[in-house]
Amino acid sequence: MEIKVVKHILEANEVIASQNRKLFEEKGIYVANLMGSPGAGKTTLLEKTIEKLKETKSIAVIEGDIETSRDAERIAAHAIPTVQINTGGACHLDGNMVRGGLEGFDLDQIDLLIVENVGNLVCPAEFEIGENDKAMIISVTEGDDKPEKYPLMFQVSSVLLLNKIDLLPYLDFDMERFQGEAFKVNPRLKIMNISCKTGEGLDNWFRWIEERTSKKGS
Amino acid sequence: MHESAIAQSLLEIIEQETLPYAGAKVTTLTLRIGKLSGVMPEALTFAFEALSMGSRSEGASLIIEEVPLSIKCNQCGRVHIVDDPFMICPHCEGTDVEMIAGRELEIRNMEIEDGNQGSQTHT
Repeated sequence: MEIKVVKHILEANEVIASQNRKLFEEKGIYVANLMGSPGAGKTTLLEKTIEKLKETKSIAVIEGDIETSRDAERIAAHAIPTVQINTGGACHLDGNMVRGGLEGFDLDQIDLLIVENVGNLVCPAEFEIGENDKAMIISVTEGDDKPEKYPLMFQVSSVLLLNKIDLLPYLDFDMERFQGEAFKVNPRLKIMNISCKTGEGLDNWFRWIEERTSKKGS
Repeated sequence: MHESAIAQSLLEIIEQETLPYAGAKVTTLTLRIGKLSGVMPEALTFAFEALSMGSRSEGASLIIEEVPLSIKCNQCGRVHIVDDPFMICPHCEGTDVEMIAGRELEIRNMEIEDGNQGSQTHT
């Protein structure tokens, strides 16, 4: 016999993500889900962001990786609360993994939680974790044709950080093409050109994330 | 690449929905998958076959309906089915556009075979 079930296949995840979101709202925590390919510069951007904002905001980080705690060790060296989630093969973080990770924090003490997702341009875009914004980082060495090849991630992101622009003189990266494609896929996307190495453009990003984060007790 | 996570969620939904039917086997599953979901039907089928082994869904056939990408323009009000994932109205070139279909990841129905009565289809 036939059973009618009209259900979102990832409904269980969406439910947990919205529970996370409610908890973050209650605790007054702004949450950014940082996504991008392996090697795009996610962890380096995080380190720069922590150094810039840690005096004024109370920051915590969840590091998602398939294996190893290398990134968490890099972040923890900046003396902020860090939780490593090893997905053990899974290509993305989901709501449940993040919920488990939250047990490692005192949420009453956090203003800003940045979740560094598993390095991947596809899968993390599909799984809500309860974040306020998805931020993606891509580097110029990955090529100017990515927005149309990986449209979903560009579409769900609020902000796009184009990293390693100090390398542009050595590459055939067509900036006009890249930005044109990105805007076609997501006209509301905020694009920032940055170099984590030289620091160029990072102030825009710091301001963007600072504006969205409220300080506890202020 | 995340097809195995999706197949796993699918199996959990099936287990829940078929709880009242002890001993039943799932024979057919119908899914709707949006073009923009980033899910490869072949990979999902493969993951489902592998993960369903030993469960009541083992051997079930998966019917995957692909849903094209549709956008609605809030400026001119038109709805278009588009090939490319561009949020630009093909008619008026407006960018105040919303996606109305194309990200589906849905289970629509399943057919089960009762342990005693053989296969039956009710609609």
